[in-house]
Amino acid sequence: MFMQHFADGILSGAIVALGAIGLSFTMKILRFANFSHSELLTWGGYLALIFLAFAGSFTDLSASKISPFSFGWPMLFAMLGSAAATSLLAVLLHYLVFRRLARTAGHMTLVFASFGIALLLRHLVLLFWGHDPIYYSNELQFAIRIPGGARVMPDQVFLLGLTILVVVFLHLFLTRSRTGIAMRGVAENPELARITGVNVDWIIIWVWVIGASGAAISGVLYGMTVQLRPELGFSLILPLFAAAILGGAGSLYGAVLGGLIVGLSENLSVMVIPSTYKPAVPFLLILVILYFRPDGIFGERK
Amino acid sequence: MTRQTQKPVLSAAGIVAGYRPDLPILHGVEVAVTAGEVATIIGPNGAGKSTLIKAIAGLVAISAGTVLLDGEDITGQPAHQLARLGAGFVPQTGNVFASLTIQENLILGGIGLGRGEAFARVKEIYQRYPMLGEKRHDKAATLSGGQRQILAVARVLIMRPRLILLDEPTAGLSPMAAAELFQLVRVLAADGAAILMVEQNARAALKMSDTGFVLAEGQNRLSGPASDLLADAKVGQIFLGQRGAAKKAAKKAARKSSSKGANR
Repeated sequence: MFMQHFADGILSGAIVALGAIGLSFTMKILRFANFSHSELLTWGGYLALIFLAFAGSFTDLSASKISPFSFGWPMLFAMLGSAAATSLLAVLLHYLVFRRLARTAGHMTLVFASFGIALLLRHLVLLFWGHDPIYYSNELQFAIRIPGGARVMPDQVFLLGLTILVVVFLHLFLTRSRTGIAMRGVAENPELARITGVNVDWIIIWVWVIGASGAAISGVLYGMTVQLRPELGFSLILPLFAAAILGGAGSLYGAVLGGLIVGLSENLSVMVIPSTYKPAVPFLLILVILYFRPDGIFGERK
Repeated sequence: MTRQTQKPVLSAAGIVAGYRPDLPILHGVEVAVTAGEVATIIGPNGAGKSTLIKAIAGLVAISAGTVLLDGEDITGQPAHQLARLGAGFVPQTGNVFASLTIQENLILGGIGLGRGEAFARVKEIYQRYPMLGEKRHDKAATLSGGQRQILAVARVLIMRPRLILLDEPTAGLSPMAAAELFQLVRVLAADGAAILMVEQNARAALKMSDTGFVLAEGQNRLSGPASDLLADAKVGQIFLGQRGAAKKAAKKAARKSSSKGANR
């Protein structure tokens, strides 16, 4: 039983981790808590439907399945397309709302604006796709037994593998590429970055693109392993913030570790408390972190 | 060609600037620095010295006046463009990325260059400052104050700047580290860079400078060869901490004249 909860915790933690990476970067580099970030997960999940339908017009979706998964290359194409489209949406929001407000208003105004945008985005999903849950595929999947006795779906193994791949890619990007190093420089000291020759406005676009891509992939993985519904992002907002705060704003590894801790604690908590209290666990985690280590595990102490 | 006849690398005229448009700190300030010249701005606290250097570096908005870099108008250009154009700025505090390695700090210094060229110039920096090469994989946070200043200057040098702006470079350094830094500044000038510096340690800075500008209340008060400013009794009294010395000299002169009168 423990191993099953542990495996479930790792898998749901991986989804939270992917979503929390972008939130963590936004908190550190753009210096505000973006409550609309979780809606990018929802949009990512739903936008993939459009790309999936587009790919479906060229090929038979069920025939292109890659065994043992429930999907094939059209789903991978849809995931990439969704990441690009969600990035575009995030950059648009940056130019239309956040950039303008950042010049004239304080951080709290940005936070409240993000609340408004979250509501707008959520209701647009309702308007376009309706309230009923949607599945990418109706294919039946059989669980596989892993060492320790737990059972997981092949799609969930893919989820974990892809999360690891994304984290490794982001690690290489942040440490090996000059844009990644510049991003870390901007996170530490934006004014120094400017006088060093870094185009900070350009780096901010990169932050939105990376954050939105992570959110979109996270949303698609959620849709693949659970289901798509308009409240997808809203239901993850607390776990995402708990993971970002737990790991420390601006830390890739912090967001990943934070996501895993949130996923594990949520899933393992049902062994000792009724499962109806499970959503309260991230909230408790936020309180504990803010009390004992407000800058997070990997955050710099102020 | 003498310095006086050389065209200035930096020429700022009529600069009006401040942190708020309705509250300017500088009221029509002028400075000019030629290649190979070290110029120091001195003045009392609140004179606008750091504001001037930040305005030239593109960090403070200029509401009137012009800044020319080798004759090209760079007024109001964003700070990152100025760095790429060859106007390097080393701020007083927070002048290295403490969480990045020394190599990463230097790589960022060359972000305006092609990847290959940037890395080649980082290697040149390691040859020039072996200490940085030895510690290239260490975080900048591990460096001492003097070593951080060297890294901050080295990062600016990657772009081979025509103009180097230094905001109180010896602040917080030991006298030995400060002397070494002044030596480094002279070497940079000898290499052909124009250097404009704000320095609290006005006497030491003027001693190693070619030119000096005295600012007070956001306006030019005096300017000229640094040696002349050092010898100027008024500058000495107000800005170089010679108030006591001047008083003593005045008392001595008064005693002399009174004793002469008594003898008569």
